[in-house]
This record gives sequence, C-alpha cells and structure tokens, in this order.
Amino acid sequence: MLEFDGIDVGYGRSVVLHDLSLAARDGGVTAVLGHNGAGKSTLLRAAIGLLKPRAGTIRLDGADITGLAPHQRVARGMAYVPQGQQSFPHLTTAENLQLIADGRRNGKAATAEALGLFPALAGLMNRRAGLLSGGQRQQLAIARALITEPRLLLLDEPTEGIQPSVVAEIEQTILSLAGRGGMSVLLVEQHVGFAVRAAGRYYVLEAGRVTSSGQGGEDAESAVREALAV
Amino acid sequence: MTLVFSQLFTGISIGAVLLLIALGLSLTFGQMNVINMAHGEFIMAGAYTVYVVQQIITNAGVSLLVALPVAFLVAGAMGVVLEFLLIRRLYTRPLDTLLVTWGVALILQQLARDIFGAPNVQTRAPDLLTGSITIFSSGDGNDLMVANSRLFILTLALLAVAALTLGLRMTPLGRRIRAVVQNRDLAAASGIATGRVDRMTFFIGSGLAGIAGVALTLVGPIGPTMGTNIIIDAFLVVVVGGIGQLKGTVIVAFALGMMQSLVEYSTTISVAKVLVFLTIVAFLQWRPQGLFTLRTRSLA
Repeated sequence: MLEFDGIDVGYGRSVVLHDLSLAARDGGVTAVLGHNGAGKSTLLRAAIGLLKPRAGTIRLDGADITGLAPHQRVARGMAYVPQGQQSFPHLTTAENLQLIADGRRNGKAATAEALGLFPALAGLMNRRAGLLSGGQRQQLAIARALITEPRLLLLDEPTEGIQPSVVAEIEQTILSLAGRGGMSVLLVEQHVGFAVRAAGRYYVLEAGRVTSSGQGGEDAESAVREALAV
Repeated sequence: MTLVFSQLFTGISIGAVLLLIALGLSLTFGQMNVINMAHGEFIMAGAYTVYVVQQIITNAGVSLLVALPVAFLVAGAMGVVLEFLLIRRLYTRPLDTLLVTWGVALILQQLARDIFGAPNVQTRAPDLLTGSITIFSSGDGNDLMVANSRLFILTLALLAVAALTLGLRMTPLGRRIRAVVQNRDLAAASGIATGRVDRMTFFIGSGLAGIAGVALTLVGPIGPTMGTNIIIDAFLVVVVGGIGQLKGTVIVAFALGMMQSLVEYSTTISVAKVLVFLTIVAFLQWRPQGLFTLRTRSLA
C-alpha cells in the first residue's frame, strides 16, 4: 500500500533517515518501533508530506506521491495523527471536527461515526481543544483523522503520555479500526507491547535505518525487545 | 463637561479609523505574523479607488458606495499578488519580509505619483456625510456635535469587525484560517490546502485596508504617502491588543484614539503622540504579550 524506497530525509544539514526502505501493507497494522531519535516521527512526517525526501521515492498503491503536498496525500486516502496530542487549541472540539468535515460529501456521517468511537468527546463539544486533557485531545486527534475516511492511518505514538484508562480505549479503537477492513494502520511506537501484538508486520529503526523486521504478533515481542536492546 | 464628551467622541472617531486600518493588519500581521510594510499602500490604493470611481460616477454618494467593494477587491488583489509573488517565499524569514515589503511600498508610492501626480488629490464627500449632528445641546453655544463622516466611519468599522468576527467563527474559510494560524503543519496534514488559505487570508486582510482607504478619503486628502503616515499606529494597536486577538485590536484602537484625543486637549498633537507612545512602551514592558492572550493546557 505505502512504500518507502531508499529515502533520505533530514532537517537542515542533518540527515535522519538513510536510504530507508519499508512498506505498510494493505490491511491490518504495520508497526515501526525504535528508541527516541531513531527517526520514527520523521518517517511519518515524510509519509504525509511535511518533510520532502532528499532522495528516494514514496509510493501509495504504486503511484509516486513523493512530490505531493500533504493535502493532496490526504485526498488520496492518507490521514495522520501526530505525536503529542496535537489539536487546534483555540478552536472548540466541535470546530476541530467541523473543520475537517467542511466540504466533504460524507462529512456529517463521518463525524458522527468518529464521535461514536469516542463518546466522551460529545460532552466537550463547546470546550476549546487547548483546555482538554491529554487523553481527550488524543481522542479528538484520532477522530479528526477518521473524518477524512482514510484508507491508511498514520499514528505517531498515540498512547504516549496518556493515562492508562484512556490508553486501553485508544488501543481498542486502533484494533477495531484495523480489524474491520478498508483501512490500514502504520503505527509508530516506542513501547513494544501493544504495537507488536497488534501488528501484522513490524520494523525496528535505529539511527534512521531498518535494523530488524518480521511478522508481528505475541510471539514476536521478545525478538523485538532483543532488537531494541542492542 | 461638553468639552470632555466632545474630546471623547473625537477619540472614538480616531479609534474607528485606527480600527479599520488595524483590522486588516490583525489578519496579515496578527494572525499570520507577516510584517507587511506595504499594508499602508493598500490603504492608499483604496483611497485612490474612490478618486478613480468619482471620475466615472460623478454622484458622490453612489461613487462612495461603489468604491467600497471595488476598493476591497483592488487592495485584496494587490495583497494576493504580493503574497503569491514574494511573501510566501519568505514566511520563515521575517526580517527579509519586512525589507522586501518596504521596497514594494516605495515602488507603489512612486507608481501612485506617476499615475496621479505628486500633489494630494481630493474627493467629494456625499452631502449626507458633510454635515454634523448635535448629540447634546447645552444652550450656551457649547453643543456636543459629531461629524456625519465620523459616524459613518464608526459604523463602517463596527460593521467590518462584525463581518470579520462572524466570518472567522462561522464560515468554513474562517475555521481554516484560524486552524492554519494555530498549527500550520497539522492543518496541512489534516487535508487543508494551506497555501490557498494564506492567499485568502491576505486577500481579506489587504481588502480591509482598501476599505480603510475609502474611509480616510472622508477625513483628509489622498496622497501617495497617506498610508505610511498612519500604519505605525495601526501596528501598535495590533501589538498592544495581543497578537491575533481581534477583541484586543478593537479595545486598544478605541483606547488609543480616546487617549490621543484627551491628551491632545491639554497639550499639543506632538506631545500627545509622545505621551501615547511612552504609555505603550511602559505597557509592553509590563505585558509584552499584549492585552489579551488565550489560555491553553497544551502548546499546540
């Protein structure tokens, strides 16, 4: 579905991803794991078009999307939930959702469906997003992404810094989304447990290079922990 | 007492002019952080639009009404061209933006001299706006009177504030503008064409400068440097009100106008200007973020 083929990506003079190749397959979850600074978030920023690769190609369903702007990639079925529970802080919860639904043929229904996944948001519609808790903001961020009805959801450490009760809810939502078909998930995580268990395939990044990859699932957890311990 | 009220009304009308000018800046400078030194020349373009329209439509009232939307479109289009050709390449380089737009301002001033001549030109105000109305009659000759043109400018400023507030809050474009201002990368990654939103924001901000230019023709002559003379005050209004805060812009525009008017009453125009600037400097030392900021629990 989404392929990175020999990409170099960086900021200023420093190169973060070196000749990196990996693929998120159609259906299910693909996990990318690594320590801080391994280049996981950079990979997703390049995938959605916020960073331009200096070399290499990114393809979506076989079509070269390397030169496309982020909004053009969203129009092709990609959605991105960045790290850090990002929102539009001075817009209310309702406005955060309406913003994405505006101009979409199925906007209302998609918003209702997204709210169905996170019912807690329904009671916070008039509250500014900047005043929500971290967990609520992350739910809002995922709901916003889902309104675009993506075929590929890019999730950057969706449970980082969130209270355990909400983490379980978010993990359950990711599993149900990936399991119902029609949508694939490229999940970037620092913590091995959930990501590897949920993934059909995993990649381990270290210093901007893939150092290990394989089939995901319960059995893969120890292999990934070993790869990350090096 | 009548004199104090009279000065207050003068202050309100100065504030209304300041507000009209600062409204456009509150979008391009306050919301987008672009220091566009050519904003004053968009005001000038709006004013010259009235002059040109009056060459075609001789009825002063009709020409003023026609000039309002035309000036909005002319100044807005100039803003879009400037944004598309220069500013969008300089979003990460604010000092370069300042210098480049200053250069553009000088070019536009010279262009105005070439087209309309160096001396100031006059437009005709509609009869309805040339008189004044008596707010309070004291019976001793010290009546409280307000010029109709000033009331018109005040109404225009309040209508512009209402339209901008509603537009930013209620329309899809308004939501997109606010989203791009608050988190550009997230907006782009959410499917918003940020470049198009930037251009529309510049169009509206510059168009409002055009409207301000139309209003200024009612209180003074039109000249190539008319925008430059007043733009600094408008920048101060946006900074003191709080960057990106429409509410702050409105309050500070009227506060500065009234302060200027009241201090002028007991001193001179120059001394009043110095005292107002000193007060602003002191205020910004105490509250550098401006009058209003929004509370958030997150940075993004």
